[in-house]
Amino acid sequence: MTSPSGLSRSLIRDRTWNFFMDAIVFACLFALIYSVVAVARYWFSAPVAAVQISLSPWAIPRYAFYSLVRMIVAYVLSLVFAIGYGYFAAYNKRVEGPMLAVLDILQSIPVLSFLPGVMLAMVSLFPSRQLGVEFGSILLIFTGQVWNMAFSFYASLKSLPRELMEASRVYRFGRVQRFLQLELPQGVIGLVWNSMVSVAGGWFFLMACEMFVLGKRDFRLPGLGSYLQSAAGAGDSTAITWGIIAMIGVVILIDQLVWRPAIAWSEKFKLEQVDSSSTHSSAVLNLLRKSPLLGRLRAGITAPLMERMYVSSARAEPETKAPPSNWRKGFVVLGGIIALLLILHGVFQGILLLKGITRDEVLTTLESAGATFLRVVAALVIASAWTIPAGVAIGFNPRLARIAQPIAQVAASVPATALFPVLLLGLVSLGGGLNTGSILLMLLGTQWYILFNVIAGAIAIPSEFREVADIFRFSRVDRWRTVILPAIFPYLITGLVTASGGAWNASIVAEYFHFKGQVLSTFGLGAEISAATDAGNFALLLLSTIVMATLVVSVNRLVWRPLYRRAETRYRLEA
Amino acid sequence: MPEPLIEARQVEKFYDQPSDNRIQVIAPLDLAVYPGEILTLLGPSGSGKSTLLRILTGLSQASAGQVLWHGSPVNGPCENVSIVFQSFALFPWLTVLENVEAPLKARGVAPDERATRSVKMLDSVGLDGFESAYPKELSGGMKQRVGFARALVVEPEVLFMDEPFSALDVLTAENLRSELLELWEDKKMPTRAVFIVTHNIEEAVLLGDRIVVLGKNPGRIRTDFHVDLPRPRDRKHLRFTKIVDYIYQVLTKPDGDPALTLSGPASGSTSTAKYPMLPHARTGGIAGFLEILADHNGREDVYRMADYLSFEIDDLLPIVEAAALLGFVKVTEGDVEITPAGLEFANALILRQKELFRNAALENVALLKQIKSGLESKSDHTLPDDFFHDILDEHFTEEETVRQLETAINWGRYAELFDHDSERKRFFIPEERPSQPENVEVGTET
Repeated sequence: MTSPSGLSRSLIRDRTWNFFMDAIVFACLFALIYSVVAVARYWFSAPVAAVQISLSPWAIPRYAFYSLVRMIVAYVLSLVFAIGYGYFAAYNKRVEGPMLAVLDILQSIPVLSFLPGVMLAMVSLFPSRQLGVEFGSILLIFTGQVWNMAFSFYASLKSLPRELMEASRVYRFGRVQRFLQLELPQGVIGLVWNSMVSVAGGWFFLMACEMFVLGKRDFRLPGLGSYLQSAAGAGDSTAITWGIIAMIGVVILIDQLVWRPAIAWSEKFKLEQVDSSSTHSSAVLNLLRKSPLLGRLRAGITAPLMERMYVSSARAEPETKAPPSNWRKGFVVLGGIIALLLILHGVFQGILLLKGITRDEVLTTLESAGATFLRVVAALVIASAWTIPAGVAIGFNPRLARIAQPIAQVAASVPATALFPVLLLGLVSLGGGLNTGSILLMLLGTQWYILFNVIAGAIAIPSEFREVADIFRFSRVDRWRTVILPAIFPYLITGLVTASGGAWNASIVAEYFHFKGQVLSTFGLGAEISAATDAGNFALLLLSTIVMATLVVSVNRLVWRPLYRRAETRYRLEA
Repeated sequence: MPEPLIEARQVEKFYDQPSDNRIQVIAPLDLAVYPGEILTLLGPSGSGKSTLLRILTGLSQASAGQVLWHGSPVNGPCENVSIVFQSFALFPWLTVLENVEAPLKARGVAPDERATRSVKMLDSVGLDGFESAYPKELSGGMKQRVGFARALVVEPEVLFMDEPFSALDVLTAENLRSELLELWEDKKMPTRAVFIVTHNIEEAVLLGDRIVVLGKNPGRIRTDFHVDLPRPRDRKHLRFTKIVDYIYQVLTKPDGDPALTLSGPASGSTSTAKYPMLPHARTGGIAGFLEILADHNGREDVYRMADYLSFEIDDLLPIVEAAALLGFVKVTEGDVEITPAGLEFANALILRQKELFRNAALENVALLKQIKSGLESKSDHTLPDDFFHDILDEHFTEEETVRQLETAINWGRYAELFDHDSERKRFFIPEERPSQPENVEVGTET
């Protein structure tokens, strides 16, 4: 993991929009969440039967395949959407501000709290049960992974060097050529790294939503996640072992077959004019490059096809800016008014729904938010306490890094939600409750972000700094205070931002669990969301989701953004 | 007079400010490019020469006035021009051949013809065998050759070059210049005129059939003349050095002066009272320059000074301007002469130098005076950046405002007039500290 940017939740540093924009986006969101919930309630009555999950190890390949297909469909959807969104935001000055605000808020929202709503809506939408649940899981994975990719593409379009843009204009590139030869190549590196993070996040959600109990209803999708959950529920340790091995195998396989080649290939798109020694290589990529079949495919199909596109886009007159006709303007205005009315209606209905909530419920929600907040803080503190020293040690010691980094990467890429049932089994047998246990579960999913960023930060410390510390015989405390901590600060913040978002999300599955036919839960906002789902209490679900989203966004705004700015200005290594 | 290929009529560039003050980048000017000439456009940084190039090519729009291409007005990028960029602007993910082919692709040229034309063009700039290399594998000179090939492959009527040699080392630049001239003289280029923007005076005289010199703040034509030296031109030739010296004279003349002419009148402009602009020179540079000037008996040709220091005008002119602003030197007819104050400064020790600098700055530099008195009028002796930023951005572009403040901070710190906290973005006057021991050894700072 050489690029820390690949691990980061993108934090928008300079706000180009104002408070009202946030308020509007929030209103839209409120309306959206309500409508999801409302649709779900409307279709609630459709009967659903459960799929039986076989615990035989021989069933694993089939389940792994099903899980994989869901991932791929969701990822392709996200990629297309991200590119479209980024492109549109970058080139339309008028909507740029609102679109960025939407991105910033949506990526802070705990997607898992949508899970019940989306699932119910989808299941009811498609009478053929399987399709509905499948769509639901795909939609959830999509909403979990698309935002950082969209932001990455937007940011790379915005950072296109001016002279390259001018070259493409002066040489009269058409839209297609500009996209294929300038904009897409510029965005590739960011997209690849962010895709890795997104897909890892996708596994997290997939595992959570493959098997899902809602009151008396039991939604199951045949897949690795449901296999592991069923195995843990049955206490079948052989099945658990096989399931985990399969999970790790799939993750490693994807890493080797997809991400390594993709990273090595994307090196080509580095925006540098000087050859730096290539840091990534992939045997698979080399094989692909030499493959005669692929070569023939390219010569026979893709090349002529591209040629067609270039020629047709060259014929189309570039850069003719016809002023939008009145007819179109009117259409846009009308659309805007309708959208506004719908949003207002959604907000109004949402408020009506919330009116049914008693004061006690509001108080409990706020208290439980406090409890979860404390757990998130505890998880972050514990994670920092071990990852900072460990990360610095690994970063300073290349030999240790060679051993530790691959292990940590594998450990990190196993979705925490897949391990929850297994860990829970251990917790229950030890007699521990979920109160502290949920902290452990949050930790599992989030500590890696901090570890990898700290390692990257420690590696980036120039050796001169450490030599200065040696020559002047800095004490251990001074060494940490004046050299190490300030130097890794920006990386640490990036890691913490991402980790805190992950911890909030994890709380929904960590604080409330269906296990062996009973419910394990503890007091917290995540538990409240899950419990409200179970009970079908939509007012409470809406309230607690909004509370969580508000909390996450405010913590980002009030804590992380100022820290990030400080990291950018004061603690940046390059002068 | 033949008909011009491109003609700018009363073209100007400005940015409107919320108040009625507008920031003028280029004052209204007329400029025409004629077939058969290499025109070099010379000017110090901030004279808007790159902006002018972009207006002429249609890449950016003039705020007022008209650009005519064969007599008809231009909207959007011109039909048949090319640009060679300072930073090469090659697409790093495309091979050399693909880079050259890209503009042909945009015109819908068929694959076979595209390849043949591109390979031929690459051959003529000496790049045969490099077709499948990526730009990052090439040296700077090679990259710019690819830039040439890409520009020429579309057979442009006018070839625009934006400081094409300034990112290259001296030898490579010299080599490429002579090859460009060779292509031009032997008519191997399908091009009818070449327009080169540069800040290197010798380069302008080496290449140009016609030289246009821009003044700055706002950008305007200060002189426009033909060079009738035969090619290849010899730097040591008396006429050559005379032209170079003349250009230095034009450039060091105070900006308010009417345009100088060598042959024929140039279009000048009326300049209004301007907010005084700080030249972007570091205090260390000013001190070093004065010390060297004192060693040269206090008087020297600017041109010889630049040659001696191997500085380009963009490096030297701000220093000369700063020294003149502080009253340490006088500039006449391309010569700099040190004043008594300057001589005292050059011979003083560092603490005394700071004192002299402080006095000169408070006397002559409006912005520093303004910051100082602003700070003193406040009881806590601090003011935010925004306060001065708002004053300055009435007069300068955003970029220039930031540079003005940076320079002011550098000078103010050196003169110990005030200090600046970059984190809180505030200017402040530091508390008086107990005086330092007097016997501190100090060296001269350059």
